[in-house]
Amino acid sequence: MSDRSLLELNLAEARDGLARRMFSARELTAAYNDAVAEAKPLNAYITPTPERALTMADAADERLARGEALLLDGIPVAVKDLFCTKDIQTTAGSHILDGFRPPYESTITDKLWQAGAVMIGKANLDEFAMGSSSTTSWYGPVESPWRRPGDNRPLVAGGSSGGSAAAVAARAALAAIGTDTGGSIRQPASFCGIVGLKPTYGRCSRWGVVAYASSLDHPGPMGRTVRDVAIMLRAMAGHDPRDSTSAALPVPDFAAALTGDIRGLRIGIPREYSVDGMPGEIAALWQQGVEWLRAAGAEPVEISLPMTKYALATYYIIAPAEASSNLARYDGVRFGLRIEGDSLEEMYELTRAAGFGAEVRRRVLIGTYVLSAGYYDAYYLKAQRVRTLIARDFAGAFERVDCILTPTAPSAAFAIGDKSDDPIAMYLNDVFTVPANLAGLPAISVPAGLSADGLPLGLQITGRAFDEETVLRVAEVLESAARFRHLPGFVAGGGG
Amino acid sequence: MIAKGTLGDRAEKWETVIGLEVHAQVISKAKLFSGAATDFGAEPNTQVSPVDAAFPGMLPVVNRHCVEQAVRTGLGLNAEIRLESVFERKNYFYPDLPAGYQISQYQQPLVGHGRITLDMPDGTTREIGITRLHLEQDAGKSLHDQHPTLTYVDLNRAGVALMEIVSEPDLRSAEEAGIYLRKLRSILRYLGTCDGNMEEGSLRCDCNVSVRHPGEPLGTRCEIKNVNSIRYVMQAIEYEARRQIELIEEGGTVEQQTRLFDAGRGITRPMRSKEEAHDYRYFPDPDLLPLVLDPDWVERLRAALPELPDAKKVRFVSEYGLSAEDADVLVAEQETALYFEQVAQGRDPKPAANWVMGELFGALNRLGIGIEQSPISAEQLGSLIDLIADGTISGRLAKDIFTEMVASGGDPAAIVAAKGLRQVTDSGAIEAAIDAVLAAQGDKVAEYRAGRDKLYGFFVGQIMRATQGRANPALVNQLLKKKLAG
Repeated sequence: MSDRSLLELNLAEARDGLARRMFSARELTAAYNDAVAEAKPLNAYITPTPERALTMADAADERLARGEALLLDGIPVAVKDLFCTKDIQTTAGSHILDGFRPPYESTITDKLWQAGAVMIGKANLDEFAMGSSSTTSWYGPVESPWRRPGDNRPLVAGGSSGGSAAAVAARAALAAIGTDTGGSIRQPASFCGIVGLKPTYGRCSRWGVVAYASSLDHPGPMGRTVRDVAIMLRAMAGHDPRDSTSAALPVPDFAAALTGDIRGLRIGIPREYSVDGMPGEIAALWQQGVEWLRAAGAEPVEISLPMTKYALATYYIIAPAEASSNLARYDGVRFGLRIEGDSLEEMYELTRAAGFGAEVRRRVLIGTYVLSAGYYDAYYLKAQRVRTLIARDFAGAFERVDCILTPTAPSAAFAIGDKSDDPIAMYLNDVFTVPANLAGLPAISVPAGLSADGLPLGLQITGRAFDEETVLRVAEVLESAARFRHLPGFVAGGGG
Repeated sequence: MIAKGTLGDRAEKWETVIGLEVHAQVISKAKLFSGAATDFGAEPNTQVSPVDAAFPGMLPVVNRHCVEQAVRTGLGLNAEIRLESVFERKNYFYPDLPAGYQISQYQQPLVGHGRITLDMPDGTTREIGITRLHLEQDAGKSLHDQHPTLTYVDLNRAGVALMEIVSEPDLRSAEEAGIYLRKLRSILRYLGTCDGNMEEGSLRCDCNVSVRHPGEPLGTRCEIKNVNSIRYVMQAIEYEARRQIELIEEGGTVEQQTRLFDAGRGITRPMRSKEEAHDYRYFPDPDLLPLVLDPDWVERLRAALPELPDAKKVRFVSEYGLSAEDADVLVAEQETALYFEQVAQGRDPKPAANWVMGELFGALNRLGIGIEQSPISAEQLGSLIDLIADGTISGRLAKDIFTEMVASGGDPAAIVAAKGLRQVTDSGAIEAAIDAVLAAQGDKVAEYRAGRDKLYGFFVGQIMRATQGRANPALVNQLLKKKLAG
């Protein structure tokens, strides 16, 4: 098969082709190595790993030849550069981790390799996963493969897993893993026209993932289709005794849940998500989503999530608070960047000032402030209480409905540089995605249509804790109804 | 009383109020949140996991054994065990604190109120309240003396489990503080939860000291950090109380401060003031779930606790008929109590206690070793006491044999046999010895018979010397009196 036709296959199709020996894992991987090189202008990767990929592909071919194929044998996957990969530079998109090569492999990537997946490279991201645009990386911004028709300004891929999303959308990875702390898988998936799933908190281990905000960080899969992420999730999920917040629950065959049958399911439509200033096309797409699900036999139910309006403010207290503490370890003493000073304090100050970008510094400052004596009760403690109330909102709703349908983001992708000087406008990107992080619930973004200026828009399904199966089932029905077949302006192999 | 002695007549006017925060290193093969080893004295940075070094993405997992040790300690301190407690982060920057925060417990500690009973030298007891006990990580060590301009960091200790045991401000003198620490250490050692070794830093003490006129509200306190011996704790408190009293008497006011004890000069000096105090920004550690204990598990631990010093003391008094003072001495260390009980097993407990506290303690002191390294086993000391009881040897001879046992480690019966020290109970042989002495000391015999009774002891001494101390003293008395009378 030609490189181009190899790159057109989705994960499920590629797996079939490999199993039937229509092509080898080495051929598939070589095609993706070329695609990664071709997609270099997108800056989706910080560290491509072509040699490692071929070695892993050869091992997969041996298993495939013996008829002992693993779940993801020979599937080239992009890894957000927040996951520690043994002996391979891991940057978190930050200058402060210069030269850091972890002596360990994160649980999630280890599980992927154990399932036969091939590491194609380490994907670019917002520095320490802090952002909604993948423009704050020390290694430069990620460009979306999409362009507005007739407008050549580069657009953001969304963030923080923007490199992962851009790589999948541009066919420079067959699938990817990301992390989602406030929308960092779903929002870039929406911007890039792919599927991104944030599983339930505790479903996927955080061990070996550079921490941003520990109680909100969720590793998860990104792919071309709902089925692809279901297959990925099966390999990624499971209890990890090294992560105390990991859930000791069995891992279902998520792909088997994709029955296409959602008859009788009750779909919650939260009235509070009709936020002021929501573009008409997003409201219309949301309504279209309701109709698609109704047509498939589900029952839309209006629900109320009254605490939603506090979610963003709550998130921007809790996440920076945890981040300010999580990032204290980057002090120049043991690894990464060190700028020498005349005293210990000066070394700390110089190292952290040089090592952290503006957005990271901003969040460390906010976090330090909200945890300070005299402010703790008014900010952090109150935010924790609101967080509990938000979770209670959802728990109440899920007594009446099986899942909730909303838009993923309040807009399509914007141009690189826009909103960069307006943190609040940037933070508003997360308004629909943050509640699921605060409540730890599974949520997925599915590409559902194009904006008036030709950019992808996603719809989001949120479900009960540890009920990824219903989320995926409804998402697949949505995917089938939406028939999103649009391709970005740039795809590797010259498709489109 | 040290306090009154050094505070002098001020002791009447002033009351010292002391609360102690003890950091006790938990006996555990592995650290509190990582699998790394905890051996003392290992090569620097050889017992460090990526978790301890706070590498990116590393997560803590609580070590169940350390929790068990802390719960057992809480039970041993008659304290309330909290079935739900929370680990929090205490944030501050220092090179020997790799994560930039210490995982500790703050608002919801594992152990709540408890108490320790102190046995005072005058025979009374004092109850000292325990405010709380919580688990936390130790920091690493900064080594400032290895290089002229650089500081080296050794992370072997980073992440080792500590129990912070906080007392109520119930202590009133340096002496009481010393007694409290000894008692606490004894309980920890009985429980096997901390080795109490202050030189190796496995027990460290922060002292909160304030002074007031009796009956008045508490004064402003100063905290003396990280004092590492009981003697220093007492010196530091003593110095600090006097410093505060003098300050107030001279019209000054005590400023809330953190101070350091300078052992070389025997003084405390300021480290940082209240204004310079850290804002630790405590918040619950999101990497750890609340620690929830199964009440049945706690009860099983309670049932399996060893007999602790207070209970053992009561039993020693009732079961062995010892005085409270002797019982105090024997129960202070678990090894001593065990040794004593082995010696007393099937024997008269009083000589057993006397031999342990007298000759044995003396010998151990001279050798500078603990009872667990004693050259004489409890069985051997028991055999020696048996030899006295059955008349094989005299008590006086037994002390010589004891000395020989310390030197050679030999069995007492074997020493008696080898050196021919068996007591002479043959009245013929003793009579012969008496006759020989009296014949040689004709003048003195005459004097005695003329009324110088005091010479009796002289004759006994001469006879014992003649028999190399082996003559049975009772027989000597009986026969000598008869001869002198005759």
